[in-house]
This record gives sequence, C-alpha cells and structure tokens, in this order.
Amino acid sequence: MNQLDSPHPQDWPKSLKAETRALSFSYGSRLALKNLSIPVSEYQITALIGPSGCGKSTFLRCFNRMHDLYDGNRYEGEILLYPDSRNILASEVDPIEVRMRVAMVFQKPNPFPKSIYENVAYGLRVRGTTERQVLDEKVEQALRSAALWDEVKDRLPARATSLSGGQQQRLCIARALATDPEMLLLDEPTSALDPMATASIEELLLDLKSRVTILMVTHNMQQAARVSDWTAFMYLGELVEFGLTKQLFTTPSKKQTEDYITGRFG
Amino acid sequence: MSKSIVAGQEAIRIKKPDARVEAAARRRGRQRRERVIKGGLFFAALISVAATVTIIAVLLSESIGFFRTVPLTDFFTDTLWTPLFADPHYGILPLLAGTLVTSGVGLLVAIPLGTVAAIYLSEFSSSRLREVMKPVLELLGAVPTVVYGYFALVVVTPSLQLLWPDLPGFNMLGPGIVIGIMIMPFVISLSEDAMRAVPMVLREGSYAMGATRLQTAWRVVVPAATSGIVAAYVLGISRAVGETMVVAIAAGQNPNLTWNPLEPAATITAYIVQVALGDLPHGSIGYQSIFAAGLVLAVMTFAFNILGHIMRKRFREVY
Repeated sequence: MNQLDSPHPQDWPKSLKAETRALSFSYGSRLALKNLSIPVSEYQITALIGPSGCGKSTFLRCFNRMHDLYDGNRYEGEILLYPDSRNILASEVDPIEVRMRVAMVFQKPNPFPKSIYENVAYGLRVRGTTERQVLDEKVEQALRSAALWDEVKDRLPARATSLSGGQQQRLCIARALATDPEMLLLDEPTSALDPMATASIEELLLDLKSRVTILMVTHNMQQAARVSDWTAFMYLGELVEFGLTKQLFTTPSKKQTEDYITGRFG
Repeated sequence: MSKSIVAGQEAIRIKKPDARVEAAARRRGRQRRERVIKGGLFFAALISVAATVTIIAVLLSESIGFFRTVPLTDFFTDTLWTPLFADPHYGILPLLAGTLVTSGVGLLVAIPLGTVAAIYLSEFSSSRLREVMKPVLELLGAVPTVVYGYFALVVVTPSLQLLWPDLPGFNMLGPGIVIGIMIMPFVISLSEDAMRAVPMVLREGSYAMGATRLQTAWRVVVPAATSGIVAAYVLGISRAVGETMVVAIAAGQNPNLTWNPLEPAATITAYIVQVALGDLPHGSIGYQSIFAAGLVLAVMTFAFNILGHIMRKRFREVY
C-alpha cells in the first residue's frame, strides 16, 4: 500500500519522522515481513496492531536493528529516518549509531542489576559521559519526564529491582529518554502491568509525544484507540490498513480490519 | 423375561464386589511398590549422609586424641611441623602457609583467566566454537591429577627456571600455576553457565541503549551473573585447597613456614598423603596428626562453602 492507494489520501501524515519503503524481513528462510511501506508521523504516536504472530514486533525491532544481534536475519527494502533521510538498514550504517538515535522499551520491564540512578545513567555512561553534574542533571530530567522522579528521588541508590512493575517500566522509559532519542519504540509496554500502571504509562506517552516520536506495538486495541494518532493493522506479515486511528477504528476500509477490531478474529 | 432380569441383577451384584476387591488389591500392590521405591531412595540418601557424618566423627575422635597430647596453642603458634622427628613439633602454620600459597597462586591464575574466558565464550564466541570448547574443557577436568603433578614437575618448573635460574626444582609457584590451570575449566564452565542464564531481554535492553558487546558483557551480564560466578570461584577455591597430588609431587614435601612461592614447602594434603603412605602404628601421635591436619582442611573447606553460600545470597539477582 502506498500513499496513492490510501482510502483517505488527505489523511497521510504531514511531517514524517521515519518511513519504511518496501521493507521485507526474514528469519533464515522464513519471510516474516512482506513489502511493508508504513510512515511514522513526527511527534505523534503510531500504533501497530494485529493478531499474535502478525509481525508487528518484528517490524518494530527493525527500527533499531535489533535483529542484527542474531545470525541469519535479513532485511530488504529501506527504513528512512528523517530529517537526514538516512536509510538505517544500509550495510554501512553502524547499528549502534542507529540505537543512539532510536531508543526502545520492551514488553517486560528489564531494569539492569544496578541502582535506579545507574539504570537511567546507563545510556550516558555508554556514550562516555562521566561528569557527575551532567549525569545528575540528565538523570533527574529523564526521571521527571517519565513521571517517576517524585517516587524515587529519595532512593536513587536503591536497586532498580526493588521498584514495582509499573515503576520499573517507567524507569525503563526514563532510561530510554535520558539520551534524548529522536524516536521511541515501545513493544507492548503495558502487557505485563496491571490496569492502574497501564493507565499511568498511557498518560505518560501522551505527555511525551510533544518531544519524541513514538512507534508502539500493542496487543490491546482499546489502548491503540486511546493513545495513538495513527494505526497500522498488520496480518501475516503484511500491512492490511494504515490510517488515522479515529478513522481506522470507526470506518475501516477493509473487511479484515473491521473483523479484527470488532473482535471477530485475532 | 422377568427371570432373566433378576438373573442379570444377580450377575451385576456378584460382579460389583469383585471389581472393588480387585481395585483394592491393585491399590495395595501400588502402595507396596511405592513403599519399596521410597525406601530405596531414602537408603541411597542415607548412605551419603552417613558417610559424611562418619568422616566427621572419625576426624573429630582421632583429633581429640591428638589434642590431648598437643595443646591447641602449640598447634596454632609453633612454627615447626615435625611430628615424626625425635624432637617433635606440632605447629600447623607451615602446612597452612603452604596450602594458602599454592591455592593463592592457583586462584591468581584461574580467576582472572577463567572469568575472561567465560565472558568470551558466553558473549563473544560463535555457538559453533562454544559447542567445541565446552566438551574440551570438561575433558581437561577429567585428566588425572597425578598427570598434572608431573606436568608441574617436568614442564612448568623447568620453564620457570628459565626466568628464575635460582628457582629450586621443588617450589610452590609451579604447582600453584598448575592448580590454576587445573581448576580453570571448572571456573570457566560454571561462570559461563551463570552468564548464559542471564535473560536475553537484559542484553537486548543494553544493546538497545547503544551499548557495545563489551559494555553489555561487562556492565550488565557479569553483574547479573555475579551470584553464579562467585559460586564458581568458591568451588575453585575448595578444589585448590584440597588438591593433593600436584603439590605432593612438585612442591617438595618439606614443611616450611614461608609465604614466598619460589620456595619449596608442604601443604596439609601433601603431608597427609606422605604420612598415610608410610607405616605408622595405629594410635601413635604421628598417626593422629594426619587427622588433626585433615580436620583443619575440612574446617577450611567448610568455611569457604559457607562464605560462598552467603555471597551467593548476597548477589542473587531477581530477573
């Protein structure tokens, strides 16, 4: 699907942070993503929905070249990151450089076996920052952005694993934000959390989108409807429909999308 | 017709108790088998516990005889260990120093090299190389220690003599290094297991922050695996302290109170094997001395194990 086939051509993102062009991906001989062209609107939230195994997480993990960690994976096509229109899948692009620009939050909170402070400072330390003052400042800023500062400011040296699940996930968001990424990838960030913690993360994402472009995978259609501006519905490694969230959920143009969002399958 | 129904009921009534009796018999049979199996398992467990208790009891009872003759103060302060001489001295310090020096040299070799090798195998090597290396390491662990002993005596010490021409043929440095080589496979294998057990999501979290492999290994994987790595070290220490053949063959068997690894000395284990091979009358002070030395060794190993247990708990990570 490209811009011209879109049922609502006027509803194409105006300002792009990234877009995939004919992106295909295979695990060994298994083709997991087929020819996907999906835009990511700048300073907005784009949600990827679809039944388990449709390739939405695989798609997300292409944006920070996470698949490079394992042998036998192959990308085809392009992911352009704007404003410099750099194809981040190009072989001459260092995946570490990509990950410096595009941060990620995982499905299950994965704080490192370190203090709360050191978890947030991790990205800065990895980049070689050692100045205490800079670290202190950035850590506080990131924790404030993740709405966690007030809860942890008195126990920054405590182990990160002593936090609750929701707090741990916000810590992971703070960790991702500390290095001022251009784009934030979220892979079902609330699937391991209770409804209260989920609500607070969703609220946080709405706050964050003015500063960072967000691309998220969610298994929860209500969540996509609540927080995202754009939604892509994927099925079996293919894009079925992409559009404004409002439109996709109220007047889907494809029968398959309608069946999925009304709970007839998936 | 009604008759046949009655007959049928009769048949059912007869059959029913039969089925119950059969089921009860089956249950009794099963219970009997279970009891036999349970008893067998208990007996097997009992043997290992009984062996340990017996060893401790023998060590203690023979040592009590020894300490009736030799006061504890002499045992821990005398600087000579000559139980078989005409002028006997019973100071454990020379043997203790020998044990600590050879083990210390071994750990200085095994811990740094073993940890680095484990990090390499777990985080950097290809899975093909790892699959080849693990069995090779286990093979190294299967070499009889007497072979390591002669390796220390005829290969390592002569090589060291090229560096230090004054180094005596029997010394603690050579066997210490060989003990290190000997326990390294255990340290590598166990540390590697601990690092492999660190969940992939932690590594991915680190890579996603733009970390390199080395940063991920050093700042995330090793801290997360500390508990298992410490356990590997403790096992290595216990093996080093208890190692017998290498030191008996290559360190000289002369109790010598020194902390200098370039000198010859005897360890607790070397003394025990030396005396146990001779023919000492049962109940003599010399005979009892090997149990006292053995008790010290057992207490040391026990202390290291407790220390290891505490450290493991202290560093345990909840993923």
